[in-house]
Amino acid sequence: MATLSDVKPTEAKPEAVLSNDEILRYSRHLIMPEVGMEGQQKLKAAKVLCIGAGGLGSPLALYLGAAGVGTLGIVDFDVVDYTNLQRQIIHTTDDVGRKKLDSAADKLKAINPFLNLRTFDTKLTSANALELFREFDIIADGTDNFPTRYLVNDACVLTGKPNVYGSIFRFEGQASVFATEEGPCYRCLYPEPPPPGLVPSCAEGGVLGILPGLIGVIQATETIKLILGVGDSLAGRLLLVDALGMKFRELKLRKNPDCPACGKNRTITKLIDYEEFCGIRGQEEPAGNDVPAISVEDLKKKLDAKADIFVLDVREPHEYQICNLKGYLIPVGDLPKRVNELDSSREIIAHCRSGVRSAKAVNFLRRSGFKKVYNLTGGILAWADRIDTTMPKY
Amino acid sequence: MPQIQIPSPLRQYAGKQASVNVPAASVGEALKNLVAQHPDLKRHLYTDEGKLRAFVNVYVNDEDMRYLQKEATALNDGDTISIVPSIAGGC
Ligand SMILES: [Zn+2]
Repeated sequence: MATLSDVKPTEAKPEAVLSNDEILRYSRHLIMPEVGMEGQQKLKAAKVLCIGAGGLGSPLALYLGAAGVGTLGIVDFDVVDYTNLQRQIIHTTDDVGRKKLDSAADKLKAINPFLNLRTFDTKLTSANALELFREFDIIADGTDNFPTRYLVNDACVLTGKPNVYGSIFRFEGQASVFATEEGPCYRCLYPEPPPPGLVPSCAEGGVLGILPGLIGVIQATETIKLILGVGDSLAGRLLLVDALGMKFRELKLRKNPDCPACGKNRTITKLIDYEEFCGIRGQEEPAGNDVPAISVEDLKKKLDAKADIFVLDVREPHEYQICNLKGYLIPVGDLPKRVNELDSSREIIAHCRSGVRSAKAVNFLRRSGFKKVYNLTGGILAWADRIDTTMPKY
Repeated sequence: MPQIQIPSPLRQYAGKQASVNVPAASVGEALKNLVAQHPDLKRHLYTDEGKLRAFVNVYVNDEDMRYLQKEATALNDGDTISIVPSIAGGC
């Protein structure tokens, strides 16, 4: 079983001695034999680094801070926006526009003034990860993209720090503990990332607001168990959470002897370029610059002039209900089998939310022989920004 | 009949179903029959060369098929196959 007992001193360091105020605060821990004074001092001596102060990072940081983890680091470079508030419970409406670090710091200090909070206003990169990780005992991964997932894993393996892992999508989540001394790492489970575009992100696919709460609290639980050295860690197990079915399942994880990061003949001996590894170098800009396009201003002119144009909305029906341009709705995934509903002799302007899916639709239609089909640059979001500011954005 | 659990990111390519029952004696056969029933799933599970994609793990009950007999792993009635793709969301 993976524990941190080997790196934690059995006798409390002077700085880990609890004051009377702290003893009162942690009373409900102290009266449990599994935590007790010794455990609470371990928590106070512990240094945990949270990557991200978003969906997973919110419950993680709040619970770890409240529980008495002595030193909590947070890495984030993002700013709070309105679409975060449905799930990122460390931030409030008044925080919109503020740095997530500043917003999170206010809440954490208010909850626990004894917390030694260290904030890192930066993107985690191959250049800073190792140095940063060395200053902490445990890394809790609350990031939202594949390059950073692999970066966190490799940096954890290289520095010998456990990686308390969680990830979410729509109604489902996964959690585990990677890169303990004996246990498997993330690359043992998934040697390679998916090709870009094949797995939608939360921004594209959505996520139930409570899901990061469920998974983030599991991560916080595993972090605290590692510090205390109690219980059965998730190392070697992948927990699958299905909130719709409300089912918790677990799968066995094995250390892959051929793992490039933690195997016997490991090839990853230093951090690499993770965006290149994930195949997304140069693709951060939304696709769609390479297909024939029209601006929202030009579309407006055409509509006002009653030009003979056909507006094709390639979003999903539930998105159409939020706002629409009265276009003809064919979700991009249905386009191949419903292409016969379109008249190739007419000028077609395809749009989606931001212009990415409709670029795919334009590409598909052009390959299918449509000559007068254009992508609405920036999608209905651009329309809401520049043409009809009363339209809701989502 | 073995049951295949479809993860939510892939359900849109499997008639929106959470699980599909397929007649099959091995894992490879089960996946082949699944893809035959739901052709849209194919490019999500297999590369152009017909290899199972590296970010898609397949479990028989709670065991990774890579540590069994891979696609040749025999199936019994009541076995559950889980397709577990990597997801990265966290914010
Ligand atoms: Zn490994």
